[in-house]
Amino acid sequence: MSPRVGLFATCLMNLFRPNVGFAAVKLLEDAGCSVEVPLAQTCCGQPGYNAGDFDAARALAKQVIAAFEGFDYVVGPSGSCMATIRHDYPKLFADDADWRPRAEALAARSFELLSFLADVRGVRAVAADYAGTVTYHDSCSGLRELGVKAQPRLLLGSVGGLKLAEMSDTEVCCGFGGSFCVSYPEISGRMADDKLACVAATGADTLLGGDLGCLLHLAGRLKRCGSPVKVFHTAEVLAGMADGAGIGDQQEVQK
Amino acid sequence: MKVGSPRFKEKTLVALADPNLRQALGQSRKGFVNGRAALVAGVPEFEAMRDQARDVKNHVLANLDHYLERFEASVTAAGGHVHWAADAEDARRIVLDICQRVDAKVVTKGKSMVSEEIGLNEALEEQGYTVVETDLGEYIIQLAHEPPSHIIAPAIHKTKAQVAELFEAAHGGPRKTTVGELVTEARLVLREKYFQADVGITGGNYLVAETGSSIIVTNEGNGDLTQTLARVHIVTSGIERIVPTLDDVALFLRILARSATGQETETYTTLSTGPRRPGDVDGPEEYHVVLVDNGRSKMLGGKFQDMLRCIRCGACMNHCPVYGAVGGHAYGWVYPGPMGAVLTPLFVGLDATRDLPNACTLNGRCQSVCPVRIPLPELLRELRHRQHEQGLRPPGQTRAIGAWRFVAERPRLYQFANRMAARVLKKMGGSAGRIANLPGGAAWSGLRDLPAPQGQTFLELWQARRK
Repeated sequence: MSPRVGLFATCLMNLFRPNVGFAAVKLLEDAGCSVEVPLAQTCCGQPGYNAGDFDAARALAKQVIAAFEGFDYVVGPSGSCMATIRHDYPKLFADDADWRPRAEALAARSFELLSFLADVRGVRAVAADYAGTVTYHDSCSGLRELGVKAQPRLLLGSVGGLKLAEMSDTEVCCGFGGSFCVSYPEISGRMADDKLACVAATGADTLLGGDLGCLLHLAGRLKRCGSPVKVFHTAEVLAGMADGAGIGDQQEVQK
Repeated sequence: MKVGSPRFKEKTLVALADPNLRQALGQSRKGFVNGRAALVAGVPEFEAMRDQARDVKNHVLANLDHYLERFEASVTAAGGHVHWAADAEDARRIVLDICQRVDAKVVTKGKSMVSEEIGLNEALEEQGYTVVETDLGEYIIQLAHEPPSHIIAPAIHKTKAQVAELFEAAHGGPRKTTVGELVTEARLVLREKYFQADVGITGGNYLVAETGSSIIVTNEGNGDLTQTLARVHIVTSGIERIVPTLDDVALFLRILARSATGQETETYTTLSTGPRRPGDVDGPEEYHVVLVDNGRSKMLGGKFQDMLRCIRCGACMNHCPVYGAVGGHAYGWVYPGPMGAVLTPLFVGLDATRDLPNACTLNGRCQSVCPVRIPLPELLRELRHRQHEQGLRPPGQTRAIGAWRFVAERPRLYQFANRMAARVLKKMGGSAGRIANLPGGAAWSGLRDLPAPQGQTFLELWQARRK
């Protein structure tokens, strides 16, 4: 029987880039999962958690825990949000006898999209083509908290026509950092420029990553500087759904 | 030392505009980072060593009273003296008393971050002592009248040309052009000072409870000359730097140099155990250890105890992209980078250091290289939590989080707000697909366009598709 997967529709994906959500659905269905999207979900609570407002984080965490109980797995196209659910929820409820077991149960079933596909579902290849040279930015939460490193490279390696050109310092933060990017915009901008210099040095025409926060920030800086480099979420390329406008690029007129 | 942390933002803007800083920081940090990576790759047991180092430190912290008493007994048995300093003022007074009693004129210093923490140089100079820093980096910043900007490379922010200029002004010309010439010149100048020194002050990387030894590691040998040629050797060190035995020291020596400078071992590792004994050919007549608390014991048993494991290697700042962008002086006190962003608020107070826990993306690279596995991002988040509880967060951000919570706790309202935002932002992006000037959002759009949304939210498209 195919596992029931609840898709965690991250705030930024829901608002800015639904295409990433549909790409995630396609990849999950191709991997034999039946996908559902609970409509009672909102945000994982990370903004409150990282702003030191642990009560706000707990309030939203409870909502997520309740919305996703009963699924075999909870999967989201973000290392950042899924690391919050996997690692921070159990900590937030460490002293709560009622909620801690529920938080731990959810944490154990929650995965970032690509690591779920590769590590849990054993996906080794996808059926997609992308004509271009891409470089992949390792977003920090996915990389360091969830071990997302080999999985995107493995899957990108199976995309027809795609060439991966690794950048130097690919594990260095891009400077997004949630509210950091607007609290310290000048530092954030310098970090983005350092990262984008590494991107440019590869000669890649496309920048990929697994977290929309980083991608909106980097795409925004690239476009401000007039760069033609296209930016997509890795899932869009893997699902063969990167044929439209890149993030921050001119969008086709909708009919 | 005066706390400059309230001016963090202003200092970061100055730093970001300084091309010399960018050049100096970029080169040195790359060397440290690449050096560490190459060496760690060659030591398969490195991760196990990090676990072991963490465990030894945790054991010491859980039994700190025992090991401190043991250390004191061992030092006393070796003919030395241990002094307990509750705070910075206490520590300064202890050192000044010793200097006065032995009628000192010239004081040489090996590198000691604790001496920076307690403001020792200023206190000594105020009393008329000639103070000479003998670590090359410390000597450079002493000439420049600046505080250190890195805990193991205090002058990392200086370029070669800037150092040459400082040396020319201090020593007379002609101006030197190569690193070799500059180092030779510093050596010649400093050499005389070692022989003039009445008191030599060093830090202590490790204080060994078993033997009563203090240990320093240096690359220049300046620490050895400081502590053996002066009549009196004073060690200033934090109470948390205790290790139980010399065997434990061996473990820490293996991880320290690799983590710090990307070396297998530092050039000099020097043990001091008591003063010169009858028959010894050299060594000081007196040996003193000033054990500084200055806020450390308050961290025991609480959420920040993990920070007391710190062995002051600097790996966290070497790998921190924020430190890499703004350098150490922006942090405004003795300890910069991730470890400083945790320690400074704890030592000087949350109010004067509001930016420090927040000027971090929580990217976790510091934690991933910390040799004693200090969960730095978690500690920074805990400091933000304390700020939140004490009303020390930026008011605008607190209001924004409050509004966000209100909406996000109501899924229907949340989805409605998102549908509106998707439409409005899409329209604002127009045919360009991005917004160059976000009203009220200059903090974003000053440097970046905002990529426009696709126009409808995922959840509404999903519902439409399911119908």
